[in-house]
Amino acid sequence: MDATAPVPRRRFLNWFLGTAAGALIASVLYPIIRFASPPRIPEATTNQVEAGDVSDPAFSQKGFKIVRFGAEPVILLKAAEGEYRAFSATCTHLDCIVGYQKDRSRIFCNCHGGAYDLNGRNVSGPPPRPLTAYKVNLVAKGSEPAKIVVSRA
Amino acid sequence: MFARARSWLDDRLGLSTIVEFASHKTVPVHRFSVFYYLGGMTLFFFLVQVCTGVLLMLYYRPSANEAFESVEFIMTVVPFGWLIRSIHSWSANLMVFFAVAHMVSVFFMKAYRAPRELTWASGALLLFLIMGFGFSGYLLPWNQLAFFATKVGTDIAGAVPIAGEWTVRFLRGGDRVSGGTLSRFYGWHVALLPAITTVILVVHLALVQVKGMSVPAACDEEAKRRPPMKFFPHFALRDLSGWIFALGVLAALAALFPWELGEKADLFAPAYENIRPEWYFVFMFQTLKLVPGGEIAGVEYEAIPIMLFGAAGLLLVLIPFLDRGAARTGRSKGWTIGGVAALLFALGMTCWGYASLLPLYVVLISGLLLALLAFITRGGTNREAR
Repeated sequence: MDATAPVPRRRFLNWFLGTAAGALIASVLYPIIRFASPPRIPEATTNQVEAGDVSDPAFSQKGFKIVRFGAEPVILLKAAEGEYRAFSATCTHLDCIVGYQKDRSRIFCNCHGGAYDLNGRNVSGPPPRPLTAYKVNLVAKGSEPAKIVVSRA
Repeated sequence: MFARARSWLDDRLGLSTIVEFASHKTVPVHRFSVFYYLGGMTLFFFLVQVCTGVLLMLYYRPSANEAFESVEFIMTVVPFGWLIRSIHSWSANLMVFFAVAHMVSVFFMKAYRAPRELTWASGALLLFLIMGFGFSGYLLPWNQLAFFATKVGTDIAGAVPIAGEWTVRFLRGGDRVSGGTLSRFYGWHVALLPAITTVILVVHLALVQVKGMSVPAACDEEAKRRPPMKFFPHFALRDLSGWIFALGVLAALAALFPWELGEKADLFAPAYENIRPEWYFVFMFQTLKLVPGGEIAGVEYEAIPIMLFGAAGLLLVLIPFLDRGAARTGRSKGWTIGGVAALLFALGMTCWGYASLLPLYVVLISGLLLALLAFITRGGTNREAR
């Protein structure tokens, strides 16, 4: 074909219209997709929370409680007298919130039966990873019951 | 007066062509004709959902602080609120049940074979939409079950390769299940899903009208020998009596077993014991429970069943295009066996998930009832059609 031969008018118009239509659709879809994708909101990082004191009846009744660590649930359990441990309460399987089974000495997720030992290690069931551990400090002041402070490890 | 109004409308809308078309519409009569009512029954429950859903919208408030209280208000203060909400919940479950029953019967009768591939594909999409309604609907009361089911259900989307994280955030309206998730799910449940469903439903019904009912190969002879039934009025009246019966059943279920509300969602409480999704998700839930933790080649084990279920969903839509045997002869033993195996898997997993044989009994009793109905209507249809 002769390189200088003109592009047929129909083909040119089709190409032109097709591109314009494609650009129009893209310029409509792009803001819609961006709008529907939730914006990332920066969260204040929490490094430490006070989680009540050791006299909390939750420990004598169930042996644990769920603490708000910023927006994250953290499980605080009493492993032995004077020994408290804290882990992320979000099951590493599918995001449920775990609990502590005192009688069986394990952290358990009721959603799909995932079990962790008292070091947060996933020992049976579906969880793929251990629970993130948090640091627990007991702060005693005078004769009052010691305060529990949970912080990032 | 009436005749004049009618002819005025006819001039403008061409009603007589529709009436003409409808008067010629017939339904084949054979020993499995009773299965032709299952789709209509599903449609009835869908209509009930639309009506009760619109009513619930008068009082429901889609926010984390008010949702639970507004449903409580509907259940305890609003006159007949308990009835409307319970019917909405029961009808939702029966709609899923009949949609599945309809699909199973269509599958085994090979009604999806050419030229009805698109009828099947649109029907499979409708089933997924119904499950989407179920999933988005049970977050709305903002109770503990809703909260955890949504946490798990949206987290599952994280198994999607590459786009997983984006999908989870898109579904949740943020990093976590929160009030923002509720707004989204509400929008989908009452606006987006109904709009899409209406369009696909119209296509599905139009295809059924255009192509007519499929006759299974095993009944070809019988359907030729027996005169077909006129759709108007014979089949439509039978449909209608079924619908009236179903309305009675709904009212009775709602009155005897009002849908419970449970406890308000607590974002900082462990999942309660024996927490379980709605029955139609239990087979997937139980499968997820059985897969141990671990990973292979960077893919977590839990992602494998999730992707397999996704692939199974795609396969379901594509059956008519893959089953060449049914297209040629109306029979395909391999696909029948595959279907039985899939059903046994789902049923077995459901029984396991409930640690009970009740799901098996429900399936057996439903099968027996259908067989009984098929037997009763076997001769009667013939006489009236003449």
